[in-house]
Amino acid sequence: MDALHAFTVGEAARHVREGTVTSVQLAEALLARIAKLDPTVGAYLSVDRDDVLRQARAADARRAKGETAPLLGVPIGVKDVLNVKGQPCTCGSQILAGYRAPYDATAIQRLREAGAVILGRLNMDEFAMGSSTENSSWQPTRNPWDTARVPGGSSGGSAAAVAADLALATLGTDTGGSIRQPAALCGCVGLKPTYGRISRYGLVAYASSLDQIGPLTKDVRDAALLLNAMAGPDPMDSTTLKAPPVDFTAALGRDLRGLKLGLPREYFIDGMDPEVERAVRDAVRQCEQLGATVVPVELPQTKYAIATYYIVATAEASANLARFDGVRYGLRVAGDDPIELYERTRAKGFGPEVKRRIILGTYVLSSGYYDAYYLRAQKVRSWIRAGFDEAFRRCDALLTPTSPTPAFRFGERTDDPLQMYLSDIFTVTVNLAGICGISVPCGFTGAGLPVGLQVIGPALGEETILRVAHAYEQSTDWHKRRPPLNNNG
Amino acid sequence: MPDAASSGFDVAYVARLARLELADEERARLQGQLEQILAYVDELKNVDVSGLPPMAQAIEACNVLRADEVKPGLPHDDVMANAPEHRMGQFVVPRIIE
Amino acid sequence: MAWQADIGLEVHVQLRTRSKMFCGCPNAFGAEPNTQVCPVCLGYPGALPVANEEAIRLTVRAGLLLDSTINLASKFDRKNYFYPDQAKNYQISQYDQPLCSGGHLDFEVDGAPARVRLTRIHLEEDVAKNMHFEAASGIDFNRGGTPLMEIVTEPDLHTPEQALAFLQALKQVMQYGEISDCNLEQGNIRCDINCSVRRAGDSALGTKIEIKNMNTFRGVFRALQHEIPRQIRELEKGRPIVQETRRWDDDASRTESMRSKEDAHDYRYFPEPDLPPVRLDAAVVEGWRASLPELPAARRARFVTALGLPEYDAGVLVADKEVADFFEATLKAGAPAKAASNWIMTELMARMSATSEAISALRVTPAALASLIQMIESRVINGTTAKDVLGIVLAEGGDPKVLVQQRGLAQVSDAGAIEAFVAQVIAANEKSVRDYQAGKPAAFEFLVGQVMKLSRGKANPQLAREGLKKQLG
Repeated sequence: MDALHAFTVGEAARHVREGTVTSVQLAEALLARIAKLDPTVGAYLSVDRDDVLRQARAADARRAKGETAPLLGVPIGVKDVLNVKGQPCTCGSQILAGYRAPYDATAIQRLREAGAVILGRLNMDEFAMGSSTENSSWQPTRNPWDTARVPGGSSGGSAAAVAADLALATLGTDTGGSIRQPAALCGCVGLKPTYGRISRYGLVAYASSLDQIGPLTKDVRDAALLLNAMAGPDPMDSTTLKAPPVDFTAALGRDLRGLKLGLPREYFIDGMDPEVERAVRDAVRQCEQLGATVVPVELPQTKYAIATYYIVATAEASANLARFDGVRYGLRVAGDDPIELYERTRAKGFGPEVKRRIILGTYVLSSGYYDAYYLRAQKVRSWIRAGFDEAFRRCDALLTPTSPTPAFRFGERTDDPLQMYLSDIFTVTVNLAGICGISVPCGFTGAGLPVGLQVIGPALGEETILRVAHAYEQSTDWHKRRPPLNNNG
Repeated sequence: MPDAASSGFDVAYVARLARLELADEERARLQGQLEQILAYVDELKNVDVSGLPPMAQAIEACNVLRADEVKPGLPHDDVMANAPEHRMGQFVVPRIIE
Repeated sequence: MAWQADIGLEVHVQLRTRSKMFCGCPNAFGAEPNTQVCPVCLGYPGALPVANEEAIRLTVRAGLLLDSTINLASKFDRKNYFYPDQAKNYQISQYDQPLCSGGHLDFEVDGAPARVRLTRIHLEEDVAKNMHFEAASGIDFNRGGTPLMEIVTEPDLHTPEQALAFLQALKQVMQYGEISDCNLEQGNIRCDINCSVRRAGDSALGTKIEIKNMNTFRGVFRALQHEIPRQIRELEKGRPIVQETRRWDDDASRTESMRSKEDAHDYRYFPEPDLPPVRLDAAVVEGWRASLPELPAARRARFVTALGLPEYDAGVLVADKEVADFFEATLKAGAPAKAASNWIMTELMARMSATSEAISALRVTPAALASLIQMIESRVINGTTAKDVLGIVLAEGGDPKVLVQQRGLAQVSDAGAIEAFVAQVIAANEKSVRDYQAGKPAAFEFLVGQVMKLSRGKANPQLAREGLKKQLG
């Protein structure tokens, strides 16, 4: 038997089901590994050891009573942006210091119903704004493959924890690439489901029309398992889709014969890292060998996606983050009147990137600029979606790089916000269109940094992209490689 | 679309709307960074948006409504436990002057 | 020189729903602070709104009653501004696609017909309540997030009297439509005033002043009584009116400028991404239209034409929907209209005003009142006894028929018994008999009274008179 921390979710669930491993053993193995390695990685903001073990014992008791549940006893880490009852939820921000969630997010509730044990809280860019996790107010998270480099973001803690075997799987959120990009940079699988597939209730909103929760896992099957547990309509979130429940693992295990995969010309750009390009092109050829037909497609809207994203997302964020004012919860800095209280609390509580985006978002909605910026961006957004609609009339899924570069060094892009924004260039389009995408490991650079292949599908096309990603993954062994960090553990 | 340089972007005014106190140095830095970002997003003016409907949401559903039913809320003590300052069961703020 | 005032109102009406606008917390008045709250209405991180379908139905119903155009395509927007009574620092409201557009309300001012056009009716969430401590303010979110309908009028009102009459008529419609309880003490209906003045004959409206947060109709009336002359005085002194928001200070009887918030008007509305748009089904709306209640004006006309009530009676009865409902139920239980109207307008309404009770709180039911009236009509009891019986019912409850029987209050109409009473009275009142025979009619009335007294009020007065006349020759 492998070391317990090295299990996939599927393996761990099977062992618990068969009685060969207990949930408490899994929890203890992970807690020990976190204690040993996380001081180096910095993935977790907090771990409530007693609570984890209490949940694990409860899972073992359920198992002893003969209960079965798909994730029974499996510990899963959670990005610090999801409310878990009784736990802190800081969103990587000082402004939520001291806040304890009085309720469970729907996704958390569903994981609990599926038997999962909710592990600690994972680091992130403050309010999910960033692509490197450097915007966390609390600590840096290091890329397990090279601790001088960032893990990507904003779900950097979630990706690093999976890569370093500090969790069997984790939840992240993806507004412009925040699951897929760190998954690519850390060499794990990251799924951004279709908008509305998983309830956002309990996910602290960054940009409401773009945010989605999704899993970061060691392989594609695990992503399907977690999606099974969390997907489905929720009366607490009016924007969930009414799609009937599906077993997403049923789509796995087939080859790619009969599938037509599009290769968008605009996703292979000048200035892209040549090693990334080579790995992705190799992966495309591999898909062809698995039976897929690859066709070129054009998405001329792509070059406008970053601008559109930064207007739409920041506008929504400027309203979503207005509630952090020092009155009902979280940080409070005294003032002589309510306005001063707000201004000081928010000045101290928010970091520079969050302030930058709040100001941008406030500006694009303000009197005289709404039409020129916000309304125009909404129209370009519908053009971006129309572009995908057109592409999906011609093919079943699209193949692209997830990120134009592998993991970069700390501080490399922090002085130039715009350069950092461009990290999201291949991922934001999926959020703008409300469709789904998955990043799956597709190789390494000469320096040993992981590269990710993105498979993009239409709305509710998860079965297709999981099938493609799984077939590709199973024909390689990229997902089985472990960072050097692990060898010390 | 206004040109960023001449758009009259005034970080101090916008920060006031957003209730963010900015230090002088912070204000100057943000003014420059945001002018640069606005210049970048100005590329959207090159798109012919005539005939394109604005897309406010990523789903096409409508009429997602709830029945008028009472559900349990939060225990009062839990609510007050999160409040930075409270008195007589109420959240406290500096006196509101209208 | 003559001046004309132009007044428009923004009336906020709290809807009668069980739960709040976007969450399942109770929409109820009077609980301990912050006990009817949840993550949604407290604006907790991660909480999401889900719209209450009943609030939408009630808003559309208001629009139907006020002849608005119902917008089948509607949506919610965020209105952004920071204020301690707002949990999210934005309010979910409706900006450019309200549920209802246009419409009007016809009403009367001192007997003259008037009409106010409506601009729109939209749905939003109410804010929390602020309480003031000495150096701080306290916020109670129980009211925060309850459904609030805003009715915006055109500037069609010109006098404080018209504004008051409009508000009273609007309140009646809201009550008739069972849209809101319109309980002023509980803040169910509040308004902002827009008021400007211009010289008679000028075609353009003057610069408008907004007077915010009016909680009583009397306050609106008094504020306008002071604000209109204030504006005229300013203009006559050559001082132009500057657009601003003022507050009415009832104790000082004046409006005063509110400390202006320099950027308060940039609300940065944008479509609420958490709520899909509303698309009403035309057939459903027509179904709602078909089930509309009769409005006060129509009901009043019907009371006059179909029931033959005097205009005055009809007006009094319909002024309170519950009273008019009680009246109609009394008719249904078998009472004639005029008699029912008389009893309600005198005895019952006197009682209501003495005890400040609603008619539904009285212990008399329409069926009881009808049976009381029927006993008078069929001469089982006389009017005096009826008043006594009603007094008992109001105090203790009970069925008038049973009471009359149990307490032996039925009128005596038996000729023999009455003849005996008459004979006894004639024998005992020789002087009055002589006076009567000497042509003093007052003496006859005295003798009738004596017969009634002797019968302890139960003698049929008509038969008593006839008996006396007969025996006195």
